Amino acid sequence: METTEIVDLITVVIDGFEVSVPKGTLVIRAAEQLGIQIPRFCDHPLLDPVGACRQCLVDIEINGRAFPKPQASCTIPVEPGMIVKTQLTSTVADKAQKGVMELLLINHPLDCPVCDKGGECPLQNQAMSTGRSETRFEGVKRTFEKPINISSQVLLDRERCVLCARCTRFSEQIANDPFITLNERGALQQVGIYEKQPFKSYFSGNTVQICPVGALTGASYRFRARPFDLVSTPSACEHCASGCDMRTDVRRGKTLRRLAGDDASVNEEWNCDKGRWAFKYVTAVDRLTHPLVRNEAGVLVQASWPEAIAAAAKGLKSNTSAVLVGGRATHEDAYGYSKFARIALGTNDIDFRSRLSSDEEREFLAARVVSSTTTYRDIDRADHVVLVGFEPEEESPIVFLRLNKQVRKRALKVTAIASKLSIGVEKLKAEFVKVAPGQEAAALSSQALTAQSIILVGERACESAGVLTAVAALADSTGAKIGWIPRRAGERGALEAGAIGNLLPGGRPVTDAPARVDIAAFWGVPTLPAAVGRSSDEIYAAVNSGSIGALIIGGVDPLDSINSAAALDALDKAFVVSLEIAPSEVSARANVVLPVAAITEKSGSFLNWEGRARSFDAAVHDSLNRSDLRILSMIAEEMGAELNLGTVTAAAKEIASLGAWDGARASMKPVNPTVASTLSGNQFILNSWRRLLDLGTLQKGEENLAGTARQTVAVISPHRAQAMGVADGDLLKLSTTHGSVTLAALVEDIHDDAIWAPRNSRGSQLLVNLGAGHGAVVTVVKL
Amino acid sequence: MAEIEPLKSSDADLKKVEFTQVDQPGSVGLIGHMKGFWITFSTIFKKPETVEYPEVKAPTQERFHGRHQLNRHPDGLEKCIGCELCAWACPADAIYVEGADNTEEHRMSPGERYGKVYQINYLRCVFCGLCIEACPTRALTMTNEYELADDSREKLIFEKDDLLGPLRAGMLMPPHPMYPDMDDSNYYKGDVLGAHPSQEVNK
Repeated sequence: METTEIVDLITVVIDGFEVSVPKGTLVIRAAEQLGIQIPRFCDHPLLDPVGACRQCLVDIEINGRAFPKPQASCTIPVEPGMIVKTQLTSTVADKAQKGVMELLLINHPLDCPVCDKGGECPLQNQAMSTGRSETRFEGVKRTFEKPINISSQVLLDRERCVLCARCTRFSEQIANDPFITLNERGALQQVGIYEKQPFKSYFSGNTVQICPVGALTGASYRFRARPFDLVSTPSACEHCASGCDMRTDVRRGKTLRRLAGDDASVNEEWNCDKGRWAFKYVTAVDRLTHPLVRNEAGVLVQASWPEAIAAAAKGLKSNTSAVLVGGRATHEDAYGYSKFARIALGTNDIDFRSRLSSDEEREFLAARVVSSTTTYRDIDRADHVVLVGFEPEEESPIVFLRLNKQVRKRALKVTAIASKLSIGVEKLKAEFVKVAPGQEAAALSSQALTAQSIILVGERACESAGVLTAVAALADSTGAKIGWIPRRAGERGALEAGAIGNLLPGGRPVTDAPARVDIAAFWGVPTLPAAVGRSSDEIYAAVNSGSIGALIIGGVDPLDSINSAAALDALDKAFVVSLEIAPSEVSARANVVLPVAAITEKSGSFLNWEGRARSFDAAVHDSLNRSDLRILSMIAEEMGAELNLGTVTAAAKEIASLGAWDGARASMKPVNPTVASTLSGNQFILNSWRRLLDLGTLQKGEENLAGTARQTVAVISPHRAQAMGVADGDLLKLSTTHGSVTLAALVEDIHDDAIWAPRNSRGSQLLVNLGAGHGAVVTVVKL
Repeated sequence: MAEIEPLKSSDADLKKVEFTQVDQPGSVGLIGHMKGFWITFSTIFKKPETVEYPEVKAPTQERFHGRHQLNRHPDGLEKCIGCELCAWACPADAIYVEGADNTEEHRMSPGERYGKVYQINYLRCVFCGLCIEACPTRALTMTNEYELADDSREKLIFEKDDLLGPLRAGMLMPPHPMYPDMDDSNYYKGDVLGAHPSQEVNK
């Protein structure tokens, strides 16, 4: 239930019109309510007022006493009895604004024809509305070297800067990455970076978007297009479960840039650099364009759609089959796979978790997460946020921004239960509860929470036995809310769609007979399979043991599995139908390959970690590829089952009319934490997570973006470093029985028993190289 | 809502329609006819204006709007900076431009940016000249060439190669570096008068 907040209203007069606004509202914002546009550069509703550009000068009078000079309307809050005259009614304000504009343009180069901002530039627009048509300046303009790279993806042209300080304020206040600042004074004042530290922020793209001139531009969009060339489509980000609202700009069928959309309840006006700049994976790779079928000689050859569909249907029908759908499918597609598994294949062997997972997690998802309603708003109101198995800055950047906002605004208490003190946790000024990897459960139970608190659990929590049990117990004993934050955009949607062995769509437990009857009646089939399905790893194992003969796989990378060798063996052995956008490990081993549309080419929706639908339309229309749903429907029809999901709209309608389960939730069997491993001399317990910018499939072809990825290091504690004689930069060889990796050492605050390395960065790729996840024992040798 | 009543035949009475009678001009008379034929007759003694095209080609007016040309700086670098202002100005959407970065190794024009793709679709072009007015570097001008007919759509989309002006004496084929000790503003001021030997890149 929403509580209404009581606010004091203050009435002021602007240009002769009365307006009542909440106390504390700035004059410029009150004027906006009346539709009066005061020109501005530095003012931004989400940043602290600074009054740097002086463009928004207006005449103000309070209770008959006028200010002697025009005042900056972006820094003055409304007061009772205030009378404001803007440029529309006051010649003084108008003259002042024109004067400021003239001064701003003195040093601004006339290079609009080569500037990326040209055509969508607040300075251009306001120079037209508020500036003079002819310059009176006859001197020489100040020049700087142009442009300079302040990171591999952001270029700075200091000549164009109007010193509004939006970028520096964003970096300091919103992203908490104060890597850029205003240096020097007077005419030489300029934005600069610390010499030894480039602008390596995960959020640097936002500064490009909010720059009111062309001073900050993105390297990958540089000179690519003009605003009038672009067709913009509102879209949703497919990279993580934060659920950012986005805008995709396409020129002639090719995505050229993506911008953060404005959704106050989710991403406000921000997004992360991955969401902004990682979109070439669709065009940088050789896309699959035609269906492929493996012939008798064992070679994949081009086939027609009917041939390929028939071959797929035949193979799936003549074997015991299972479904693997990666966590990147849209909600509708996941629903399609879920329905396909139950109706066409008659099995519950379906799993969207193509990553490390556990049965405890599956039960936790069914008992606690499906249909849960923890939201960003709850973070805004929380008294205490506990992070476990979750690294917000790396795994869900917008959640990090939200936490950071509340920490900055009202000193929200954040507790991180982890082995390593990360940069993000440090920036949140969080209490760091240091535990050995695998021992998070014990630390959880000692947290004192209230019903206002939130436990944010990452998908990695499943990698330590007992953590999710402890989370559930803590939530029960304190009334705190749980927010489960997966890394991939489609996981929550796939969970709600029942693309998992123990749940049917809408959170209906497979083991619950009335729930099965409910769905069977809705789908118009006599019965549904009653046995709980296998998980991803169990499905691979079942293929290798011969009890499953065929797989239908969409958007899965077998190398994300802890035992990738077993996964690849299974793909070799089984009859595989692969639905992919580009050639992959799966499609190379498949018997039938069916090309599908990428996210930009289709419509659909993701459910973000809150369960909020983030729907989007196709941004690129001339693609020949088809949605997963339609292909599944065709295969099902060929197999003699009726899926009836020809279009995304049809699927969305079906999901909506199905609704959530109102019966009893599945329960969860408690799992005990594993006993801490005893370590000998040079042994460590591995702790790792994926970084925001790494070797992820969706970051292919983005060299500029990869340039700001954090360094690949192995982090060990000062105590152990001393014992081993290791200093920063020394090479460490981490090995398991499976293999080894060699990484540069970094001595930092981490549990003495633990060693941390990024899971999938350049040079690490721990799952493939070590075959080890969180909590595994590794032997470390200094080279 | 009120019902709309059907129209009855008595509502429309053709006899009540008003009209105005327009006076027709009368005959011009014999003198009038003579005046007209005199013009025809006198033309017999005038010098004919027609030429035996295509054997003979009369020059156009100096400012006739013909095919476009992309000009070069005196050292051979292209003037086009790929700003797309011509495409923006074009009322017929006949121009397509893609800009790109100049690098030290691959410099096509002075400054940061050059036009990588430049196309004019002469099936759309109306030769209004707004594009050459919009061009901030005088890169785009119009020649007097008017023989643009062809037999396919593809041939009538002119690429950058078709539009670029010829290399004249003293010009070098880009890519090559800028004139030593000069920057883009020197180019625009006309300080560069020809190529410098150091600009010649070893092929």
